[in-house]
Amino acid sequence: MNDTIIKVDNLSKRYRIGVQDVIHDSLIASIFSWVKSPISNFRRVQKLSKFNGEDGQDIIWALKDISFNVKKGEIVGIIGRNGAGKSTLLKILSRIVEPTDGQASVYGRVASLLEIGTGFHRELSGRENIYLNGTILGMTKNEIKENFDEIVEFSEIGKFLDTPVKRYSSGMYVRLAFAVAAHLNPEILIVDEVLAVGDAAFQKKCLGKMSETAKSGRTVLFVSHNMHTIQDLCDRTILLEDGKVAIDGDTSDVIKHYLQPEMMKTGESDLTDNFRSRKSPGKLRAKAIRILDKNDEICSTYEINDPINIELDITNVNDNGFAVSFLIFNQQGALVYHIRSQDGNIITKNLGSTITVRMTIPRLNIIQGRYSVDVWLGNHLDLLEDHVESTISFEVVNRGHSKVPLRSIIHETGKWQIIKN
Amino acid sequence: MKSKSSSLTREIIIKPKTGWQIINWKELKEYKDLIYFLVLRDVTSLYKQTVLGFSWAILRPFIKMVIFSVVFGGLAKIPSDGIPYPLFVYAGLVPWEYFSTSLTKSTGSLITGVGIYTKVYFPRLILPIVPCIAILVDFAIALSIVFILMLKYGFAISFTILYLPILILLMILFTAGLGIWLSALAIQYRDVTHGVQFLVQILMYAAPVIYPISWLPESYRIYLAIYPMYGVIEGFRAALLGQNAMPWDIIGMGAISAFVMLISGAYYFKRKERIFADVA
Repeated sequence: MNDTIIKVDNLSKRYRIGVQDVIHDSLIASIFSWVKSPISNFRRVQKLSKFNGEDGQDIIWALKDISFNVKKGEIVGIIGRNGAGKSTLLKILSRIVEPTDGQASVYGRVASLLEIGTGFHRELSGRENIYLNGTILGMTKNEIKENFDEIVEFSEIGKFLDTPVKRYSSGMYVRLAFAVAAHLNPEILIVDEVLAVGDAAFQKKCLGKMSETAKSGRTVLFVSHNMHTIQDLCDRTILLEDGKVAIDGDTSDVIKHYLQPEMMKTGESDLTDNFRSRKSPGKLRAKAIRILDKNDEICSTYEINDPINIELDITNVNDNGFAVSFLIFNQQGALVYHIRSQDGNIITKNLGSTITVRMTIPRLNIIQGRYSVDVWLGNHLDLLEDHVESTISFEVVNRGHSKVPLRSIIHETGKWQIIKN
Repeated sequence: MKSKSSSLTREIIIKPKTGWQIINWKELKEYKDLIYFLVLRDVTSLYKQTVLGFSWAILRPFIKMVIFSVVFGGLAKIPSDGIPYPLFVYAGLVPWEYFSTSLTKSTGSLITGVGIYTKVYFPRLILPIVPCIAILVDFAIALSIVFILMLKYGFAISFTILYLPILILLMILFTAGLGIWLSALAIQYRDVTHGVQFLVQILMYAAPVIYPISWLPESYRIYLAIYPMYGVIEGFRAALLGQNAMPWDIIGMGAISAFVMLISGAYYFKRKERIFADVA
């Protein structure tokens, strides 16, 4: 097709993660390894950029055989959990890192905004930094000159224009940085999660400017964890999972799929299966998880202010004891509850190898929506044994008197009174 | 917003590269505004929040001149071809200070610039080159003091000063060439940043900063001529003070090796460029 502006074919990226050092238990061994260390250090440093075919333990594929096309003028959202490969994909398309395999063709001038304020120098004034940051982002001196007044106005820094940016408040710094970025005018704009900074009013202004840019016929690739922003800006969205394209299609469909994965069970969930994102360096294992209501019945829908019970079956328990954490996330990926057994005054020693723990939240003070639960298991020293993401989900509904949905993260009914004089 | 992007729509292929790469000089030219502002950043930020400001550009070689004059000229009685030792050593220190400062900054340029090139694409070759341009401001200020010293010691400016631009160009090319080599090595092997201090020290004694080349046996000349700063420093004295003839043979040899250093450095850098963001 003629109007394809980005073409990605089987793109892969391999990284080497740090391998644990060997710990020596004798003085002789330590001295010997210290003498040898320049050689082993040299090999290790060299290995950062050399791969010898074998896919050892310390190699991860951040991206694996990604393919998709983007047409001119499309605004494409890219979503996925942390570590799904979103940033790696943007970095490859921005030509910051090189792919290990595959190919991408880009037709047009690209500007990437993986961070705002790249190259800002603390000692330089706002004016000097506008020019410096602008050219780093790919604008020419003349382009910045043309837009200079607009940038200054947008940033609302006014009389501080000639003050070194190290004297700026963090809000001013962010506003100036975003003002420069907002005036980029390339054919293709690649944006990572950069809007999660600054105060709410300014964020709104930036979003307005972004959608204006996006709607003026530019092609935009946009990564965000904020589903509202994605929904507002993008017609099409790509969901990445473990370095692969999970789905690619209409934004509403993809978001629906992402937020309510069919694999994520409600009510009760068996954890003996191989979970997609499980880290288990220890022996301790989470076996099953259940969510129960106040009558001890398995249930997946709760009302605000209801009590909720979470039960977890654990195997391979060691007599030294253990620690459990439940991490409860909302749909935007924000961690709303982090509940730890260490805070709960339970004795975990000498309990036998298979047990069940039960945790009660007496009152759910969170708003309507779907929530997912991560399980974290540690040993008596708080070191990780088993970590399973998205084990189970439950729904919170608001059957209160107002039909207007709540907009906070936590909920408080409040104690209300009418006071008459 | 007006769109004035000068570049034509072109195709960029992103794929794994192996082996030697061609250096895209045209692309470097397209980024001239970025080079300009990075140089401006280095120049304007260097002496921010100092009391003496650009006086430091004079003070650094000047203080060294005083120390060297006392130690090497006064105590060690190193000859200086009949030129008063302070003037002799200062004329050598002007190009030397440029070389040592630029080389150190250039070597570390990929490490200090990591926050930029892991976020944005631009030809990374710009980074080690920028200090070699920015330090020219210090160099020019330090150079102007030579003329005051010459006035003080009763030296007239001769026509040989017209050779100075050639020597300055040679000095820049060699500094950039070595800087490019070392920066590409330093990003993966940080030992280079520690080692470069010693390298600079060794290179200073290898160059005729504190002694004249006439002090060395004739047979050494041909070997040392491979090191371009040798000819640059001796050439500076000849061009400024006019006491000795221009050592064109040494300068010519130096020019060849500076050129080899720059071209090989640029190619090595391009070859390593693809891993910078991964290993940084």
